[in-house]
Amino acid sequence: MYHVGKVLSPLLLGAMAMAGVAASGPAAAQKMYDGVTVRIMTRPGPVIAQRLVERGKEFTEMTGAKIEVAEVPFAELFQKLLTDWATGTNSIDVGVFASSWAPEYVDAGLLQDLTDYVAKDTKIEINDIAPFFREYNQKVGGKTYLITVDGDFQMVYYRKDILDQMGLKPPRTWDEYHAVAAATDGKDLNGDGTPDFGSCMFKKRNAQSYFAIMSIAAAYVQTQGTSEGMFFDPATMKPLVNNEAWAEAFKIYKKNGEYGPPDELNHDIGDTRALVTTGRCALAIDWGDIGPLSLDPGGEAIKNKMGATVMMGTKKVLDKATGKLVDCDATRCPHAIDGINYSPFAAFGGWTGGINAKADDKVKQAGYDFLSYMNQAAQSNVDVTIGWTGYNPYRNSQLDNLEPWIKAGFTEESAKNYLGAIKDSLNNPNMASDLKIPGTAEYQGVVLDRELARFLAGEITAEEAVANVETGWEEITERFGRDEQKNLYKASLGITN
Amino acid sequence: MTSGTGATTTSRLGRVAPAGPNASVTTRARLNEWLDRQSRQLFIAPAVIIILIFSVFPTIASLVLAFSNIRLRAGSYQVQFVGLRNFRKQFFGTEQFHFLGTFTSISLLGWIVTIASAASLIWWLYRYAKRDFTILGFIGRLITASMGFGLALLFSATLFSGNPFGTLGVTIFYVIVGCTIQFLIGLGLAVLCAQPIKGRTFFRVVFFIPLMITPIGIGYSFRMLADTTKGPFSPIWQWIGLGDFGWANHAWTARLFIVIGDSWQWIPFIFVILLAALENVSRDQVEAGQVDGASGWQVFKEITWPQIAPVAATVMLIRIIEAFKLVDLPNIMTSGGPGIATESMTLHSFFAWRALNLGDSAAIAYLLLFVTVVLCVSFFNLLVLKRLRPA
Repeated sequence: MYHVGKVLSPLLLGAMAMAGVAASGPAAAQKMYDGVTVRIMTRPGPVIAQRLVERGKEFTEMTGAKIEVAEVPFAELFQKLLTDWATGTNSIDVGVFASSWAPEYVDAGLLQDLTDYVAKDTKIEINDIAPFFREYNQKVGGKTYLITVDGDFQMVYYRKDILDQMGLKPPRTWDEYHAVAAATDGKDLNGDGTPDFGSCMFKKRNAQSYFAIMSIAAAYVQTQGTSEGMFFDPATMKPLVNNEAWAEAFKIYKKNGEYGPPDELNHDIGDTRALVTTGRCALAIDWGDIGPLSLDPGGEAIKNKMGATVMMGTKKVLDKATGKLVDCDATRCPHAIDGINYSPFAAFGGWTGGINAKADDKVKQAGYDFLSYMNQAAQSNVDVTIGWTGYNPYRNSQLDNLEPWIKAGFTEESAKNYLGAIKDSLNNPNMASDLKIPGTAEYQGVVLDRELARFLAGEITAEEAVANVETGWEEITERFGRDEQKNLYKASLGITN
Repeated sequence: MTSGTGATTTSRLGRVAPAGPNASVTTRARLNEWLDRQSRQLFIAPAVIIILIFSVFPTIASLVLAFSNIRLRAGSYQVQFVGLRNFRKQFFGTEQFHFLGTFTSISLLGWIVTIASAASLIWWLYRYAKRDFTILGFIGRLITASMGFGLALLFSATLFSGNPFGTLGVTIFYVIVGCTIQFLIGLGLAVLCAQPIKGRTFFRVVFFIPLMITPIGIGYSFRMLADTTKGPFSPIWQWIGLGDFGWANHAWTARLFIVIGDSWQWIPFIFVILLAALENVSRDQVEAGQVDGASGWQVFKEITWPQIAPVAATVMLIRIIEAFKLVDLPNIMTSGGPGIATESMTLHSFFAWRALNLGDSAAIAYLLLFVTVVLCVSFFNLLVLKRLRPA
């Protein structure tokens, strides 16, 4: 005992002295979230997750809150969060997920209403967030439940250098797209001596192909503005899918494959990006990622050679009364430009953070503050210029200020072109919102995806595919409750009556 | 604690004990005796309890799910009993094409196969009824025959009539084609490695390695190897003129492609077990046969095969059960595509589960269980036991 005491005494005195110093130190040394841990779940890194980890360390340094990021496969993220929160396990405080999943979580009472948090937040500069993301992406039923960390919609990318060489103009409609694809297909686009492809589009089942088909269909279906919606009739909740517009979109998607890689049917977004960034594609559909990816290591083949433009428009649109395609006119297509109806589709809506309604109050506040920190211009305006983060622009300041983009490696011309295409999309009053009602994962990821895959494989015709989608969607609607779904669909489009 | 007063005493446990001094056994001794008698049950009880908790309970719970529509709510579930709706949908409703296949009309070949199958099965049942009829045996055979006819009809209406078949047909394809290939190659490699050749220990280790690799790794490796556009083997595909050929674009090549990946993984399992069986075959008998002038094939057929047959049957039974559950490879290599051409029943169930359609997912899982049990029990009872039983 003597020896132990002899050893412990100085340690004890030292500890007491240190405690005294700590206690008498400046108040700033005590961080507001010391001892608080925020457990976040999202998709596997580096895309999305890695930046959360890195920014999390900065946040810990500033506030004391420990940020833990759990990564699960994308395909399981939706149900992992739902089951964790619904079963009362509550091992996750914050989910970073697709904004289109939020209505299901909100409907089940699992997400915290962040409206008051945002109102008290002096740093988020909410009006700097582009209106579509602020009003449609972050809100469910008029209340803010989500904080955006990534702005997602699809655009068309083209090899500016190749089109210039060949005297071709960037396409505006699918006919023009096919003409450019046909002209460039089989040419050596990256100088490696092998023929390359006129068009690259991911078509693998159970991946991202259903987003592409919705992007194509949007301009054919939606003409009257975002609140019109492109999936259901808001009055009856009958699907708007079994018609010539969607059938045409299916056919266009298949036709694009004629100018694509031979095994495109088994390509997901990763495969397509690998081809695009190595300079093998003259045209491609993608989210905003291609721009920043062209600046990352590995994107040298296309650096400052890629142009971007708003998703293809159409001169024929759906007549909902007959289900037929009819010519655009001033009444039918009030937002048309040069007689072409555009409807940039907010595919996936973007990665957003939501907070578990059952989390501890202090954890909720810390979780919100972290999401706000990710979203604030000081951080996000840098993050969106880095390709591997997976974050795409969603703030006006990210689009107006060229400097971070030029610093990241763009020429002024390329930065203007890329950001211009984003602005054209975001400022389009006819931008199409992704489906945001309970069962979205099943409507799109199961039924639409499966019928599209069967059509692409030649098992069924486009007309059979859209008829099957209608039947499948009706079944899901009946299962979830037609009136309930109808009200939520209307709310997701901002229809209040 | 005893009953009866005669020459014998019957204990509470029902054991007949002789009268006299034994009648005065103490409670403790009786307890010890009871424990001795129950020791087998007591020792296996923990295992049984664990199985009940982790296997039987989920089985029952998923049965409830199969007849329900479930929605998750905050801290609770919303369960709606829907009867047979989830099953009816698979056979007659909107999921019929997905589970069974697309039906239009049956071709002439389809009718021939159907009628031939029906006739064979009726003849088989008739022969059984005439020769060794037992009620239980007949019921079992009736179930097997019904399943066999159902599958014959299914393939007649789809495969033999030019229509795509659904996840049931795909699963049966993986089981029959995959297991056959794996058995033949596994047996061949085992026979080769059982020979006294140089470096056979090295080959045994090499052939065994694929079994230890995770199926996800195998899936990604095969997907990469067969990528004609940008995979590491792309130059080779180009060189042999297959650079413009997409394996995953065509239903049959995609299925075959998955069977190759699955076989690469599972051949070692069959190989290693059959090798062990081959090494237990009596050398004396083999040498005696050789001395008598038997050819290699005759030695294998008459001496080796009869001795390894029980092991071969067991290993195939295990392999067949596993093959019914194939999910990793089609999920990674093709995601069930093109269309639904490579989607197994397990993957079908998994996709439904992932979208939180737990009712459909459980219904498909139960249908898979039913098919697996009937076919595996039939395989073992009718093919294996019949040959193993002494005539």
